[in-house]
Amino acid sequence: MKKTSRRRFFACLMAIAAWPTVRAYGQASTESVDAMVLMVTGGAKVQTGRVKLELPPFADNGNSVSLKVSVDSAMTAIDYVKSIHLYAARNPRPNVANFYLGPRAGRAQISTRVRLGGSQRVLALAALSDGSFWSATADVVVTLSACYDAT
Amino acid sequence: MTPRSLRDGLLAAALALISVAGHAQNAAKPEPLKSGLEFTGPEVRELQRDDFANPGMLWITRGERLWQEPAGAAGKSCAGCHGEAKTSMQGVAARYPQFDAARARLINIEGRIRQCRESRQQAEPFKYESAELLGLTAYVGQQSRGMPVNVPIDAQTRRHFEAGRDLYYRRMGQMNLSCAQCHQDNWGKKLGPETISQGHSVAYPIYRLEWQTMGSLHRRFRSCQSGVRAELLPQGSPEFLDLELYLAWREGGLPIETPGVRR
Amino acid sequence: MTARIQVPASARRGEVIEIRIAIQHPMETGFRLDDSGRAAPKNVVNALVCRYNGVEVFRAEMGSGVAANPFLSFFTVADASGELVFDWVDDQGQTGSERAALTVTG
Repeated sequence: MKKTSRRRFFACLMAIAAWPTVRAYGQASTESVDAMVLMVTGGAKVQTGRVKLELPPFADNGNSVSLKVSVDSAMTAIDYVKSIHLYAARNPRPNVANFYLGPRAGRAQISTRVRLGGSQRVLALAALSDGSFWSATADVVVTLSACYDAT
Repeated sequence: MTPRSLRDGLLAAALALISVAGHAQNAAKPEPLKSGLEFTGPEVRELQRDDFANPGMLWITRGERLWQEPAGAAGKSCAGCHGEAKTSMQGVAARYPQFDAARARLINIEGRIRQCRESRQQAEPFKYESAELLGLTAYVGQQSRGMPVNVPIDAQTRRHFEAGRDLYYRRMGQMNLSCAQCHQDNWGKKLGPETISQGHSVAYPIYRLEWQTMGSLHRRFRSCQSGVRAELLPQGSPEFLDLELYLAWREGGLPIETPGVRR
Repeated sequence: MTARIQVPASARRGEVIEIRIAIQHPMETGFRLDDSGRAAPKNVVNALVCRYNGVEVFRAEMGSGVAANPFLSFFTVADASGELVFDWVDDQGQTGSERAALTVTG
């Protein structure tokens, strides 16, 4: 287990303090996503860009939605993507997955399939070897099936 | 109620009666026949097309292994009698369900696997919806992929075909709907966010996103029954086998797609 | 746990290759009710590691937000002939493993 830095500790504390302030409809756990992001960044600035997050604008079923995330990076020994984190704020557990890669990945691109508990904005956060953080979002409308299925 | 809406209502009721009465005698096929894949979104189509990403392939991998595995008191494997499935099972799924003369009843692929398991391997037959039965059924089905369904109705199966057709047009459940009212009369139209399909069986067993797993055609029948709030018949029941035969006739000529993916 | 992996049989040295893995697993969320109305306990494949000739090249931490029968695709640089080994574990402690050989030319 890595030792938590003082900066990170205070960032988490601030996140917890800020938690119950705003609670918009349909964004059940947005605040806790902010807290989770802070845990990763330790309070460092997150810039928009370099990350590409692809999800279908309309998902046939929230049980399985294809997701592709890629980061614009040289992926050399000195300049690479360390990790990619996925968050779905309306999911009961928003942190969908964390992926750890390194210079040996050659290309920072991951595809998977996720569950989405309703229409929402999905967030991808990338941590780079130079200490910078980048993010992208994608909006997905999740449709429900027409017929009830008790089987 | 205005006289006009009353008249329209009566007219609709009368038409419904006529259409139900008419259908009871005439089995009809959708024109033109379209695979259920044509009614799904691009994501589902892509998932089915990609033989690695298609989650149904996990069940097929399981089935492929089971095919080689000796089982039961007889210590025989499927391969022990049937050899390579790629040759011996080619086209088989396109000819099922069949009439099992020895037992004077219809039998589908699942039933045949269960029968082999019991009488040839002398092992406990796999349960409906088990990963094993779905895996073997899908593995056998895959060997007919691309081959057109061809289940001719003959003297032995006529009775079952007619029973299946009658079930297809029978209204059921609290919603009082028949299979035909959605999949024969209204395919291509919207029901909520979905487009109603023609309800073919060529892709089964399928990986259904709603189920988050692979499922049999009889599970799909039960899904529809629960959708119209009808009593659910058991998997492998004679009624479902009759219906399966009727569907095989109705979709005759469409290519097998197993393992299918649906929403 | 049935799993399938897709690795090219051979690659040129330095080539970036795609690795794909699919695992048969319900990824039980813990929110789903069984027939008796009880919530089925959460059980997901929570960690997966891919090692290439013994060196970790990819690691995933997954939650209940990953779809049933998890599928992952990622990339790695083909640098030497050898073996890719995948190991994973679920919340109940059940482990799975698969391996694939890779021949690197040039």
